[in-house]
Amino acid sequence: MTSEAILPLLILIPLFGAGASLLFARLRTAQTMLTFTIAIGTTILSIALLLKVDADGPIRAVTSVPEAPIGVTLDLYADRFASLMLVIATLMLSAVLLYSAGQRAAGELSIWYQPAYLVMMAGVSAAFVTADLFNLFVAVELLLLSSYVLIMLEGNDEQIRSGTTYVVLNVLESTLLLMAVTLVFAATGTLSFFALPAAIAELPSGVQTGLNLLLLAAFGLKAAIFPLFSWLPDSYPAAPGPVTAVFAGLLTKIGVYALIRTQTLLFPDTNRTLLMWIAGLTMIIGVLGAIAQSDMKRILSFHIVSQIGYMIMGLALGGVAALTATIFFVLHQIPIKTSLFLVEGIVEAETGTSRLDRVGGMARRSGPLALMFMLSAMSLAGIPPLSGFIGKVGIVTAGLDQHEWVLVAVALLGSLFTLVSMLKIWSGLFWGDIVPADPRKGILRHHRRMSAATVGVVAIGVAIALAAGPLYDFAERAAEGLYLPAEASGAVVGDPK
Amino acid sequence: MSWALAALIGLQGAAGTYLLLHRSLTRIILGLGLLANAVNLIALTAGGSPGSPPIIGEDGQMADPLPQALVLTAIVIGFGVTAFLLATALRSWTIDGNDDVEDDIEDVRLARAALESDRSSGPDPTTSDSEFTGEVDEVPEAGES
Repeated sequence: MTSEAILPLLILIPLFGAGASLLFARLRTAQTMLTFTIAIGTTILSIALLLKVDADGPIRAVTSVPEAPIGVTLDLYADRFASLMLVIATLMLSAVLLYSAGQRAAGELSIWYQPAYLVMMAGVSAAFVTADLFNLFVAVELLLLSSYVLIMLEGNDEQIRSGTTYVVLNVLESTLLLMAVTLVFAATGTLSFFALPAAIAELPSGVQTGLNLLLLAAFGLKAAIFPLFSWLPDSYPAAPGPVTAVFAGLLTKIGVYALIRTQTLLFPDTNRTLLMWIAGLTMIIGVLGAIAQSDMKRILSFHIVSQIGYMIMGLALGGVAALTATIFFVLHQIPIKTSLFLVEGIVEAETGTSRLDRVGGMARRSGPLALMFMLSAMSLAGIPPLSGFIGKVGIVTAGLDQHEWVLVAVALLGSLFTLVSMLKIWSGLFWGDIVPADPRKGILRHHRRMSAATVGVVAIGVAIALAAGPLYDFAERAAEGLYLPAEASGAVVGDPK
Repeated sequence: MSWALAALIGLQGAAGTYLLLHRSLTRIILGLGLLANAVNLIALTAGGSPGSPPIIGEDGQMADPLPQALVLTAIVIGFGVTAFLLATALRSWTIDGNDDVEDDIEDVRLARAALESDRSSGPDPTTSDSEFTGEVDEVPEAGES
């Protein structure tokens, strides 16, 4: 098997797996086994891809229709940034799959859960390895359509109410994205990431700004940046526990990934002031929203928004140093955010709610659970030895180097508020008397699979902090690759057939 | 690009946006459909002037197949999404007899709490006729106890 064949396989395996798992709809055990095999297989493939890409440089796979008068090609491309994101994404998807298999009531998740989950996995893979704007649109559609199914899985009142907002907003985002893609095509005549940078540079500056802002609005809606985030804290908390975890960890980050891709590749170092405003407002308003909430799931949902602000800040600052920190920060956010929602899911499975006023004393009932929450929460707030600190130091240092004092101050203030709201969860849920009164201890033993998955994700988060040196170096190589045109980065071009 | 087509795109976009702003999910679905059609027409006009043959073997300049592939994919995706949204509307109607998109429960709770605290603390009720006062701090937080 040549290395180029990995790229299409990453999309095809989960997609065909989704079809196959539908065949096993009535045999729950067989369906779970199959889904697992596929998720683990995709994860191993993406790790292989990461090692290959780091050793030999970016891989490009072009499948073209022979004898077509006009080039009809399917162009896949993976550089270091894409393959790093792919590895962390597939790891999270596999862990959450294990977690959802351990949900207490076996019938809690319907037979459509696993097929839809695999389609989402295919969409995530496709979004990371695509090399043209239209395929990016299709990949985003693929994962959005499956996310619509997942967010309304149980079809109860609460999910329909909040899911409707989610679906309508995201359909609107798709329409915007499609409009942006077609207008880019109308202006330049190409959609390939390799041809676009040169083609866009030749356009008049007004047209450039227009296209840039359209793409920014489309992907910004997906990434939940400042004026466009209100759908997120509304809809995520209602979804089934594991679904929220994987949405929180991954889906908004794909918006961020697409933003970083398009901004660095197509419109390098433009709109910096606008992005800085967006970054600062996203950070502060997200975290203030979090402080006002009194439910763990909702607090965490607002934090997703707030942390997106730091990623946009790194992107706005631009340059290799800031982007290195941003890549590292995205890498750290995915497992941290997922693990916080997984801990929340265990609390909810045990007590039936995660309202701060209805639950208490979880630390007395399960020390390890409280420890896992604390590790992730402190990492989110950016307390020194943990990974969040390293990412934030990188971004803030880049900000100081560029004399963006106000933005740096806002970022630090946002961190402080993050700590406050994490402590609010801590004192509400984990501290104090045991509420509801339940003498049962050893929560983790009662939820073996859920605990195993949560421990795994927290361990990945800690491992990122421990291996921060090599990972930061890798992120730096990835950030350097972002600015290089594909030809100069030594992409291996091959036909996967 | 002909003026008629441009006007049609504009009209569909405007009508779609108007319908999208309603509460009823059925109207929202119609609005999204109109918006999608407007974007599809944009894609079609991006393919260049009309009249070129779409198939190999004809004489003259061939029409660019890419925008047509774009529109085709978008139509298929739009069909799936519309079907899903209609099913959602039906489900919503089964549950509570209407298909209105409702407010977030927590938002309603915060707004009500803010209103009540405003009413109890404010000596003059006529000064606070605003529905949202933004005084979120006043919400009782039992988690701190």
